[in-house]
Amino acid sequence: MGARVRKLVSSVIFLGAVVGGGAWFVTKPEPWPSAHWENLGEPDLANGEQVFWAGGCTSCHAAPKSEGDAKLVLAGGLPLKSPFGTFRVPNISPDETAGLGSWTLADFGNAMTRGVGKQGEHLYPSFPYGSYARITPKDINDLWGFLKTLPKSANVAPPHDLPFPFNIRLSLGGWKLLFFTDKPRVTVDTSNPKIARGQYLVEGPGHCGECHTPRNALGGFETADWLAGAPNPEGEGRIPNITPGSKSIGGWSEGDIVNYLETGFTPDFDSVGGSMVEVQKNMAKLPASDREAIAAYLKAAPAR
Amino acid sequence: MKLRTVFIAIAIASGGMTAVMAAGEPQEVRQGLMKGVGQSVGALVAIAKGEKPYDAAVVTASLETISKNVKAFPDQFPAGSETGMESEASPKIWENMDDFKAKAAKLGADADATLAQLPADQAGVGAALGVIGKNCGTCHETYRLKK
Repeated sequence: MGARVRKLVSSVIFLGAVVGGGAWFVTKPEPWPSAHWENLGEPDLANGEQVFWAGGCTSCHAAPKSEGDAKLVLAGGLPLKSPFGTFRVPNISPDETAGLGSWTLADFGNAMTRGVGKQGEHLYPSFPYGSYARITPKDINDLWGFLKTLPKSANVAPPHDLPFPFNIRLSLGGWKLLFFTDKPRVTVDTSNPKIARGQYLVEGPGHCGECHTPRNALGGFETADWLAGAPNPEGEGRIPNITPGSKSIGGWSEGDIVNYLETGFTPDFDSVGGSMVEVQKNMAKLPASDREAIAAYLKAAPAR
Repeated sequence: MKLRTVFIAIAIASGGMTAVMAAGEPQEVRQGLMKGVGQSVGALVAIAKGEKPYDAAVVTASLETISKNVKAFPDQFPAGSETGMESEASPKIWENMDDFKAKAAKLGADADATLAQLPADQAGVGAALGVIGKNCGTCHETYRLKK
């Protein structure tokens, strides 16, 4: 009898170890091999600045309501409310202790494209690495070079305020297993360089889908409804559908979209509002060709 | 040609007025006022972009409509008008009424300042729009909800 119980217990432990080990194996943080971030050469700082504006880094990482040069102080601290708790945006200025001053290109690149922090930990997808995963190593290198030229801030952002079980970082491995991908979100005609560039900007650095695409109960995208609009995570109202099937924006021409991204005015001279105000200010800093590429992609994306 | 310009100017100038007189509920009144502002901005943008020739009468009428409408605007948010009639007003308006009024006053002041030194050409209208247009996003960022 005793032997039988012992055997049962040891089988359970063995099974638990196998399942647990297997779960750990398939959900462990996966940075790129170090060679991925080597031989990228000197960063092109001008391109790095464009990636910076396309990526909207300042909209979350600068102090809220910053204007002008204050937008370049990435001190962090902004609270991001979500159904999973309140995230706090970290300091990503080049400060050695409070910011990313001690990080390497590989540390930064793995955070951006694999959601893995400097200590090898999973990062929360409130930081949109699920989109940034599409950014090329060259653009990451250029952006990293540019970030290092920005002012330091000693601000220490408070930690995330998340209830159980969302405060367990290990569980993010399961989230990544289910939802993380660096593959294209939709099929568009990528033989057209303008549309291909637009897809890169929208699905990658621009991370438009993070707000404009609805999410399921676990916070993963409803991928069939790519860019089809979603409830506003910050409270009341909705983030609009921006596919050609949209009741409002679907009727806009490519030129209307370009003009909106540049000036903030809709075709009937309503103006940009909500969080899009910050986004539009960033888009206005891109080369005109990039705004045209975004518009071309949005007109080419599947109507929803 | 000149007559048409005058007609357009009158139409723009009266745009806000008709909205106020024809509508009853505050939600409708404020939507009409904002529509008048939008149309005026549209007329100015057309000139700034060179789609329409510079016309002092149109510029004046547009700026006067913006000034007049936005001064009447914050008074159209009495208690009880928070929702309904597809209102896109954010609850934050009633939480921060003083700031909301200050933002409206700022646009009114910018429009008046531009009227006092009327832009004399296409480039001038573009520069004025740069100042006036900033107010749209600044206020809509906080106080307008998309539904």
